[in-house]
Amino acid sequence: MREIAYEEIVKNVRDIIVYSASNLPEDALNAMKKAYENEKSPVSKEVLKQLLKNADIASSEARPLCQDTGLAVFFVKVGADVKVVGGLLKDAINEGTEKGYVEGYLRASTCHPFTRANNKDTVGYNLPAIIHFDIVEGDKIDIEYAAKGGGSENVSRAKVFPPAAGKQGVIDYVRECISDAGPNPCPPLTVGVGIGGTFEKAVISSKHALFRDIGSVNEDPEMAEMEDTIKTELNKLGIGTMGMGGTETVLAVHIEANPCHIASLPVSVNVQCHSSRHTHITI
Amino acid sequence: MSETYHLTTPLSDETISKLKSGDIVYLNGTIFTARDAAHKRLVDLLDAGEELPFDIKGAIIYFVGPTPPKPGDPIGSAGPTTSYRMDSYSPRLIAEGLKGMIGKGKRNKDVTDACQKYKAVYFGATGGAGALLGKQIVSAEIIAYPELGPEAVRKLEVVDFPVTVVNDSYGNDLYKIGRAKYEIK
Repeated sequence: MREIAYEEIVKNVRDIIVYSASNLPEDALNAMKKAYENEKSPVSKEVLKQLLKNADIASSEARPLCQDTGLAVFFVKVGADVKVVGGLLKDAINEGTEKGYVEGYLRASTCHPFTRANNKDTVGYNLPAIIHFDIVEGDKIDIEYAAKGGGSENVSRAKVFPPAAGKQGVIDYVRECISDAGPNPCPPLTVGVGIGGTFEKAVISSKHALFRDIGSVNEDPEMAEMEDTIKTELNKLGIGTMGMGGTETVLAVHIEANPCHIASLPVSVNVQCHSSRHTHITI
Repeated sequence: MSETYHLTTPLSDETISKLKSGDIVYLNGTIFTARDAAHKRLVDLLDAGEELPFDIKGAIIYFVGPTPPKPGDPIGSAGPTTSYRMDSYSPRLIAEGLKGMIGKGKRNKDVTDACQKYKAVYFGATGGAGALLGKQIVSAEIIAYPELGPEAVRKLEVVDFPVTVVNDSYGNDLYKIGRAKYEIK
């Protein structure tokens, strides 16, 4: 049984949060550069140029890319042969999150759902983090992290279709979601599509799909083909960068599919803005 | 063809009349910040017949909740938030003399109707360009509701703050015009 100190997890989580706020990961930066090259609309091209400049300023001056520094979302795979010593893994992730947001001068965006009071005085700064745990073989802890902004989250949706809806039903649903959203979620977007499972499994899959590197190919050839089809459809919408009109509305479509009930076809669409701040570490 | 303007606040009806959807504007002078919670309080004050914490005549409100400033900086990253959440409050403020709003994303018909009726415009700033936009803000002071944290009302001084006219005072909408050009049906 390998032992990992509680404090080591706190420090790692704190560091990835601070770094991610100012540094767009390479896959997202490359996708934005490619969109800039391909964009046909001069207005959208100009806005993409501004966003690439923003990424440059953020990185070189260690300023947050966006004032919406998000809610902290984690997918954590815990090796069965790992023991965290000095405290609970969940507490370490939350402590690291708070440290990262405070010490990195990041915005605390959590609040009570109805009073809208910011809970930093009672619960903690930008806490609790949203954490999804899984247990796997091995003696490591694998942490995927993303800072998830509110604008793109607000246009996300989920629905359980009857099986007869089929692939075309899924494609139409995703198109309707992105078309209705228009400029609001800060395109060009990454679109996470969770298919199958139960209602909540589809939603969590659509979230996890956003953690995959932009430009990577789906391991399932059928889903890879469907991703291409949906991406082509979405780029016909003409929304462009920040809704200004253009040819580059989505950077990527990522699908995660699961087996589901014989009566159901659950579908979830989780939208990610162009500022795709995600990272991955193994401890 | 779109025009480029350098404007200083407060804005007059005459200035508003010049602006058309798609024009690029560099703003200078004082602007005020407010998001959802602050908007609710501003409208509550008007309903109660009380004074607003700033002069709304000719003013611009920026929909933003900045990150905390690092030591020595006036403000942190400060890009626009999605504007539709302010749709239920904006027409009331426009009727009181508000001339400009800065945000990102679509507005509803009540807002665009008010822009036509009372001569006001909705500017779009680049969402997700918070580091770049924050650098155009040279001073920031909380003037109301400090307990709202990032949602407090701030008085900002801006220099050449870049925005685009999305909804002008003639009923035009840049999002509709831009999308129609590139949509493949």
